[in-house]
Amino acid sequence: MIGLGLPRGFVVTLKNFIRPAVTEQYPDRRIGLFGAAKEAGMNPVRFLFSRPKESFKAFVGLATVPVAVKQSARFRGNEFVFFEDRCTACASCAKYCPLGIIEIVSVPGKIDAQEGESYKLEVFDIDIGRCMFCGLCVEACPYDALHMGTQFERSKYVRDSLVITKEELGAALKRPSSFYRPQFEEKTFDPFLEVIEDFHDAGRHERPSADELKRKWVDER
Amino acid sequence: MAIKTQPVTVNLGPQHPSTHGVFRMRVMFDGEEIVDVEPVFGYLHRGSEKLAEERTYTQVVTLTDRMDYVSSMLNNHAYMLAVEKLAGIEPSPRGVWLRMIASELQRIASHLVATGFLLQDLGALGTPLIYAMRERENILDLFEMLCGARITNSYLRPGGVFMDAPDEFWPALKRSLVDILNTIDELETYLSGNEIVFSRTKGTAVLPPELLINASITGPMLRASGVDWDLRHRNPYDYYDKVQFNRILHTASDNYARYWVRVQEMRESLKIIHQCVEQIEPGPVRPSFDEIPRLIRPPVGDAYVAIEGSKGELGFYLVSDGGISPYRMHVRASSLINLTLLRDMLIGGLFGDLFVTFGSVDLNMGEVDR
Ligand code: SF4
Ligand code: SF4
Repeated sequence: MIGLGLPRGFVVTLKNFIRPAVTEQYPDRRIGLFGAAKEAGMNPVRFLFSRPKESFKAFVGLATVPVAVKQSARFRGNEFVFFEDRCTACASCAKYCPLGIIEIVSVPGKIDAQEGESYKLEVFDIDIGRCMFCGLCVEACPYDALHMGTQFERSKYVRDSLVITKEELGAALKRPSSFYRPQFEEKTFDPFLEVIEDFHDAGRHERPSADELKRKWVDER
Repeated sequence: MAIKTQPVTVNLGPQHPSTHGVFRMRVMFDGEEIVDVEPVFGYLHRGSEKLAEERTYTQVVTLTDRMDYVSSMLNNHAYMLAVEKLAGIEPSPRGVWLRMIASELQRIASHLVATGFLLQDLGALGTPLIYAMRERENILDLFEMLCGARITNSYLRPGGVFMDAPDEFWPALKRSLVDILNTIDELETYLSGNEIVFSRTKGTAVLPPELLINASITGPMLRASGVDWDLRHRNPYDYYDKVQFNRILHTASDNYARYWVRVQEMRESLKIIHQCVEQIEPGPVRPSFDEIPRLIRPPVGDAYVAIEGSKGELGFYLVSDGGISPYRMHVRASSLINLTLLRDMLIGGLFGDLFVTFGSVDLNMGEVDR
């Protein structure tokens, strides 16, 4: 049973042999001699003569630079971005979580003549050790206080340290993903370079118009 | 003949690299020939059906992702159709088109994995598998754009999908479709005419169509025996009646036929995606929360919906008692039912064909054990 099948197959493998590799190098990428020279800010010839040891290292492929993985804006990473100012302690997120791993304790706060009664958030813990990053809590949050984050290198040695408290959430760098938050989709947001410091930047849904407010709060009551 | 020979029993698995998961077979050999096979499974049982009884209808989506983890989008799809039927929800057109595109992409990804691993089991270590995986990676990137996750998608919601596709999705989809077609062509030149593949797969593990029908086998395995049974044709759900595609049939019903049917079905899926992209129109991707609240309480009753999954008929049976979570959920797992003919396929065959046959069934242990 000898035919053309095998040679044709070898043509395919040969084609693939010479096409550029698609492998993503992570967490470090090899840069080679020219890359190393560029990193050092010299031209390759000068680099070769002034630092022979480093050049040899780069030549055999030991010179590396850390690299960020390409990820899309909606990527659900292993962290959360939380804006406490916006959270009303409504606990929708906790009720919506399939695993029940969000703990919220709230106490009655101040009573404002205009805004009415409000609640103060005492405890907001997420056990991300058990979280499956499904994003349902983010979907449930009516006030855009909770967002998925884009980072994923979050491994720890003990499970206790995976319980994220309100303070840790507030202190963490805010790199929200656009999962269920279309307002982040408009501006192209690079999760590796940009950090949202001010919560006003994070965008809200559009402010309701005066007509809408009247219909909702006056006419329908 | 005074001296008697004895068959030897060998335990294959549960941690055998060729069993595609934690699956164990107790095989009795008489030399090279297989005398008896006893499949043992349940190592990956997580009780998903029971867990569903204490989650709300939307939360159960996350469980369906983890059943057949090579085709989670199709599981989401089947489950959501069952919820919609149970609660009488009218889906939004754009959401339906989007989930059809996602499902067909997932079918290609799943068939690529099946083809790659079949060849891996044949002894083609690496090369075809890597080609297939490279293309699957493309599809997973598309899923990441759509829903932010690659495997555990949870993309579908009652009445559609949770979010519209981002702008960069459409050009990326267009590029990927070309790439996928090239890879299928490549696989075909590489394998479909390959003499070694022929001699190893043709005429092995032949199953008569009557036996397949009696054992209620579905999917590519059934179509490889010449029985025209594709739920997308027979019982069109969603908008499958608005797209045209060919029925892929082969009559040999051997391992090669199963491989061939899968490869051709990928081409048909590409056609379906092209037609979906042409027909998709702007609009909401899911009904608003005024129409369908977050917490659905379907009326008392039950619903069964089956779709054409990547491995066969994938059905979800839901019973509601009027509460916020299903009273009972049952999954008709195609992998489990396709497994039932393993004995008939293997007995009388040779040891060398065991894993090839096993690979041609395209099992997923996450779905078998749930
Ligand atoms: S991502 Fe999912 S599992 Fe994690 S806290 Fe949110 S709802 Fe719960
Ligand atoms: S749903 Fe949003 S506003 Fe409500 S408690 Fe959770 S984070 Fe705060």
